[in-house]
Amino acid sequence: MIFRPAFEILREIRERKISSSELVRATLGWAHSVEEKLHAFLTLEDEGALRRAEEIDRRLSKGEEMGPLAGLPVAVKDNICTKGVRTTCGSRILENFLPPYNATVVEKLEKAGAVIIGKTNCDEFAMGSSTENSAFLKTANPWDLRRVPGGSSGGSAASVSAYQAHLSLGSDTGGSVRQPASFCGLFGIKPTYGRVSRYGLVAFASSLDQIGAFARNVRDLALITEVISGHDPKDSTSLPEPVPFYSRELEVPPDRLRVGVPWDLLQEGLDSEVKEAFYKALKVLENSGFPIEEVSLPHASYGLPTYYLIAPAEASANLARYDGIRFGLRAGDKKDLISLYKETRGQGFGAEVKRRIMLGTFALSLGYRDAFYVKAQKVRTLIREDFERALRKVDLIALPTAPTLPFQMGEKVQDPLSMYMSDLYTIPISLAGLPAISVPTALEKGLPVGMQIVGPVLSESLIFRVSYLFEQKSGMHDLKPPILEDYCA
Amino acid sequence: MKVTPEIVKHIAHLARLEFSPEELEKFRQQMEELLSYFTKISELDTEGVPPTSGVLPLFNVMREDELGPTLARDEALKNAPDQDSVFFKIPTILEE
Repeated sequence: MIFRPAFEILREIRERKISSSELVRATLGWAHSVEEKLHAFLTLEDEGALRRAEEIDRRLSKGEEMGPLAGLPVAVKDNICTKGVRTTCGSRILENFLPPYNATVVEKLEKAGAVIIGKTNCDEFAMGSSTENSAFLKTANPWDLRRVPGGSSGGSAASVSAYQAHLSLGSDTGGSVRQPASFCGLFGIKPTYGRVSRYGLVAFASSLDQIGAFARNVRDLALITEVISGHDPKDSTSLPEPVPFYSRELEVPPDRLRVGVPWDLLQEGLDSEVKEAFYKALKVLENSGFPIEEVSLPHASYGLPTYYLIAPAEASANLARYDGIRFGLRAGDKKDLISLYKETRGQGFGAEVKRRIMLGTFALSLGYRDAFYVKAQKVRTLIREDFERALRKVDLIALPTAPTLPFQMGEKVQDPLSMYMSDLYTIPISLAGLPAISVPTALEKGLPVGMQIVGPVLSESLIFRVSYLFEQKSGMHDLKPPILEDYCA
Repeated sequence: MKVTPEIVKHIAHLARLEFSPEELEKFRQQMEELLSYFTKISELDTEGVPPTSGVLPLFNVMREDELGPTLARDEALKNAPDQDSVFFKIPTILEE
């Protein structure tokens, strides 16, 4: 039952053909055995999850009306606060942090009846593209254990790909859901900025951060997305618009849609295998009656430097709270306050986090602010306007998710710029605040490749329907990575 | 773009980060490489372009000033590295 789609399993739990306790026990058993090789989780909450599953079974047996995810095992990225359950953000500085409250998305999952089985590994404070920046573990890619699962939500992606959980939550600032979805053969959504409450998501870059989700098929992804979306008075940047039932609209066929491809952006750094897969995926869309047109995003190639000035600047402000006083690690507690701050932060943060705090502090510092930070904010406006213009001409934009196949562990970790390039095609969409779904389109050399389907603000329903149509035509869903054979044999 | 050891030291102080001399030199080199690449944006003409600080149409979000539940003191202090059940404790900052 752990290998079946969530939407089927949920129906059987509701009809009491199987119990949540059985499902959760089986899932945890499997999760633990795969974990020896995968290292997707920082915390597995066996006891709490089983208790919760039993409670749900009890309520179902009494005939209580339960939420849409009742009894389903779900994994949550470790930068999303879970009350009383260790939330580290993959950082030494929060190694023993027990949040006194739940993130809004966690409250919503629980209200929907989901069973949170654990917290997944990630790059420290979600800064990275390979999950190698976690202070605790290196997560492997279920398709090839020597390769990275992508990042920063690598544990959330690896766990769903290896069937350790049916669904998971991640966060996406510059591509941290979409790129690992592509690397692990999953569907991953970054909703419109403001669609999902950020309350309780540990802040990295507040104008870009957005919680998203992973699933092995579109229907499952639509289900969890409609559960976590919606206005929240605790997040003043959350949007008031009502949330459609994405999962019920999937079969409404989209009208003849014009799909734009920004060929100018794809000139740079695109691997031949990824290009090949992208051409094939465009053919599938074309054969489904969607005309493909070229669109121009002349400033999108400036997305990378723009993002790596804005996001670190915001991070340098957000991470000022880790001062060794109110929570988290404290080091050097003998001298004055300034040395306490410096030693705490020097010891508590890893290299990439320090690099970004330094870049961000530089970009905001006296004498450099206008040339770097403010300039980047102006270029962000140009990039947003590019997308607005393009989306007046076409209904959707399609482009590869990552420029390369999943890379080897250790391959890019010493070279920050080459690591940053992984997000070349996801970053411009983040800067524009648009919703995007990464869909698996092919296996090249036995490794998954993804394509992004991008729409205008709040067009989630549309991009879900197009992803669903693509999934039906391509048959690329509920993929089984080789790690399953190692254990099932 | 040239990044001197003095700039890195100054930025590290502003960011309240402690570095060993070796780390400082490594960060200097990496910042130089990255910032040189980032100056690519300076070739764009942004005369008269307004900066984007957020993608949502700007508006003030107001609410009634009503009392709601707040965190209990022991809950708020629970994660502190040093506290005396009433206050967070820090090193002495005032001389007698």
